[in-house]
Amino acid sequence: MKKKVISALMTAALAVSMTASIVAADTVTIGVYEPASGDNGAGGKQETLGMQYAYSQQPTVEIGGVEYDVNLDIVDNESNNDKAVSAASKLVSDGSSIILGSYGSGVSIAGSQTFADGGVPAVGVTCTNPQVTLGNTHYFRICFLDPFQGTVLANFASQNFEAKKAYILTKQGDDYSAGLGHYFDQAFQALGGETKAETFPEGNSDFTSYITAAKNFEADVIMAPTSTEAAALIIEQAAAQGVEVPLLAGDTWDSNVILNAAKDKNVQIFVTTFYQEGGNAEFDQGMKDFINSDDTNLANNGGDDTVAAVTAMGYDAYYVALAALQAAGSTDPAAVNEALWTLTYDGVCGHVEFDENGDAKRDTAFVKSANTETGAWDFVTEQTISE
Amino acid sequence: MEWLSRNLPYLLAGISVGGQYALIAIGYTMVYGILRLINFAHGDIFMVAGLMMVYLSASLPIYVSIPLVIVLTVLIGFTVERVAYKPLRSAPRMSVMISAIGVSYLLQNLALYITGGLAQQYPAIPWISDQITVFGASTKRVTVITPFLTIILVVLLVALIKNTKIGMAMRAASKDFETSQLMGIKINSVISMTFIIGSFLAAIGSLLFFSNYTGVTPTIGTMPGLKAFVAAVFGGIGSIPGAVIGAFIIGICENLVMMANQYVSIDISNFKDAFAFLLLIIILFFKPTGLFGEKQTDKV
Repeated sequence: MKKKVISALMTAALAVSMTASIVAADTVTIGVYEPASGDNGAGGKQETLGMQYAYSQQPTVEIGGVEYDVNLDIVDNESNNDKAVSAASKLVSDGSSIILGSYGSGVSIAGSQTFADGGVPAVGVTCTNPQVTLGNTHYFRICFLDPFQGTVLANFASQNFEAKKAYILTKQGDDYSAGLGHYFDQAFQALGGETKAETFPEGNSDFTSYITAAKNFEADVIMAPTSTEAAALIIEQAAAQGVEVPLLAGDTWDSNVILNAAKDKNVQIFVTTFYQEGGNAEFDQGMKDFINSDDTNLANNGGDDTVAAVTAMGYDAYYVALAALQAAGSTDPAAVNEALWTLTYDGVCGHVEFDENGDAKRDTAFVKSANTETGAWDFVTEQTISE
Repeated sequence: MEWLSRNLPYLLAGISVGGQYALIAIGYTMVYGILRLINFAHGDIFMVAGLMMVYLSASLPIYVSIPLVIVLTVLIGFTVERVAYKPLRSAPRMSVMISAIGVSYLLQNLALYITGGLAQQYPAIPWISDQITVFGASTKRVTVITPFLTIILVVLLVALIKNTKIGMAMRAASKDFETSQLMGIKINSVISMTFIIGSFLAAIGSLLFFSNYTGVTPTIGTMPGLKAFVAAVFGGIGSIPGAVIGAFIIGICENLVMMANQYVSIDISNFKDAFAFLLLIIILFFKPTGLFGEKQTDKV
């Protein structure tokens, strides 16, 4: 009897899976390779939110004259370079035509080979390390790069604060953090400044001694391109030790985690970012409505409806993927990969067009500062390198 | 004075973090002393205490949530022992250890499920989270309180073990598990008491730790747990004063590396953690049972 039940169940399961594959003929899978936990969980979730909002607006795409349903296949790469590979393999084996992500350069580099082996193109959303796209033909990205961002921050520090000494704090083994810190270091020294660089290990939560080191170095600015989790602790500790110099960071710090950590504390925080809230009123309003419409969305955005730059970038990334599918006229990953090279798209964060490395051509970054009274971002300036 | 205000923050941080490690290390060392079990879930109990504080303080006033967190943490420690370790009392020691690793992952993943993987901001506790200035070095009050509180708690604990009936039972059980059972000691209540004390200290440790470093994540217990375990081994596992001294040494050494870093031209800050473990290897090389460990005598 038991055997019969099992075999009946198995037949049913087989039938279901077969019908599923028939239905799948009109479905195109877009893989979302983002962290939902770990160090970069907060940012990854916000980036995914942007894609989900775009998906809610446009859940179908016309490819070669046929209307396809989009299947947004979201995996969690856990912000962890070791675990990211299995998340990447899942997306490839699910038959993704194109992959979006990730937030964080380390996991993008870690998953890159898996995507290459599966022949699936990937579009990085906010992974800013040059290594992501260098020397391969399948990884693209729609954001600016760390050499650019590091130089922008160095220029900003020396122009606005007349900084002569900078303390640089990065995380060991984090490609994004180390890379951006290094490019800032180079650019700042080229401008005639003096730097001191230190690194902290994975899982560190005691930043007392690092902040003390910055004070003893008599730094004019503290550059800390870290994950938001470490950032919250760094800000807390900087406030506890009464640090008066500005804290600088890159795009990861553009998050309400930072705003919440800095609220009502005596700290100055400046970040470079991709998108300034208020840049596109229609998008902002729609995004806020989308976040507020659902408790899970609200929780994923950190409990309020501030539109993070990574969310706007995620939104653009989804439309870039649709445009690539349309241009390819096929769901074949190889054709999509080919189509990406000549693709142009105008999103809420500006014009997207790829160069010979697969990097978007970008020349400006927005600088924002955290307002510790209102708990919102204030626009400071648009900064380019050639000034 | 200049030198003092420059380097005092390192020492303060070292002593304070050492005190926090000490409170966790006692839990490891007591459980090991009696059960010969390395309770891998201990660091995660510490994390759970932090998370409970985050959630409870959101709806309850702080003077209610602090005692409640302590009581709940003790309850969790007690339950873990009853559910995951007690049924395996006569099983090989390895099975209990695997069970402990299982509990550790269970707690981490439960926390991951509840928090959604994001860091939770620990509430500021009035008075102890306030900012103060010590010899020109600005810090939180908790940094200064921690070592004193740790020492008071340890003195009380040692007094409890030396002078009370349950303390005597604990000492007997750690000397010889089976014989003390034969002598009429209720071994299960002794073990439960050990876990209760360990969890209580972990809860206090978490209050102090997270008041200073305010982000609570599901894996936050791992590193302090590991360091506290190293401290317990360092001081000689099974010995309470050993664990406390080991913890202070490790906390201070970590920060001394950072202090030295400002005087050298190359960056040695990435050896911060490595240094503590290097020290452990050196000590174990000369004293295989740790600083205060009992000498192992093999009976024929």
